[in-house]
Amino acid sequence: MHRRLASMRKSLLDQGFLDEQFIQLEELQDDSNPNFVEEIAASYYRDSARQMLNIDQALDKFPLDFTKLDNLMHQFKGSSSSIGAKKVKNESTQFQEYCRAGNAEGCRRTYRQLKKEYATLKKKLEAYFQLARQAGPLETASRPK
Amino acid sequence: MAKKVKSSNKSKLSALVVDDDGVCRTVHCAFLRRHGFETSSVESGRQAVDLIRSGQKFDIIFMDIIMPEMNGVQATRALRAMGVKSMIVGIDCDLDYINEDFMQAGMDRVYEKPMTSEIAISVHQALLNNNIV
Repeated sequence: MHRRLASMRKSLLDQGFLDEQFIQLEELQDDSNPNFVEEIAASYYRDSARQMLNIDQALDKFPLDFTKLDNLMHQFKGSSSSIGAKKVKNESTQFQEYCRAGNAEGCRRTYRQLKKEYATLKKKLEAYFQLARQAGPLETASRPK
Repeated sequence: MAKKVKSSNKSKLSALVVDDDGVCRTVHCAFLRRHGFETSSVESGRQAVDLIRSGQKFDIIFMDIIMPEMNGVQATRALRAMGVKSMIVGIDCDLDYINEDFMQAGMDRVYEKPMTSEIAISVHQALLNNNIV
């Protein structure tokens, strides 16, 4: 079970869905906080749903307020990087670059891609945490150094 | 530069996390608690200033930089103007794009998000080193 979990984790890292930050968060888990990462991921998806609603609304305005969009995405990027959501974070960066360039089509295109990555990660994390719960407490010994 | 509260019975250093994002606050506090800090957190620069003005003291303040109303740089300036001597560490994304002079505002260090164990350990060590003086 732990081997399957380690393999799933490795796959998520290798494919770039998650980065080292996720591993650091798992290392914070202990007996007093065994589901910390799952809880943080749940908070992230809850909070970011609201943030993305704000971005949706801001993208509906004409003309686009690029400064506002940049600021909205900045907060989203901060939380995405804090949980190790690598692809989502990269799309956020791309989005912000288009904001700074005043490129509306670029923003919209990147945002569509971001939403895809965000949804894909959510599914993968759900599967991962389900397996993690079945496997029991994570041992740091199983983490590849 | 640290004015250390002489308190040999205090086994833990105290940290205040200032960030308008809930996930960031939780993550920052988790790393800090793991590495020997007692943590408190607030959602805004204004709340940080009010809290410290009310008499609360912290060994270190982790300050998000881009925040609505009062940003981290403004909050830092306000705290320094109040005479706060705690270590103040800015932490945010895309530091290169933020057009502010962090050190001039009174920050001791700045880090790019995310918060990591390395950051928590580094600041903990720096605070202990300061206290030996």
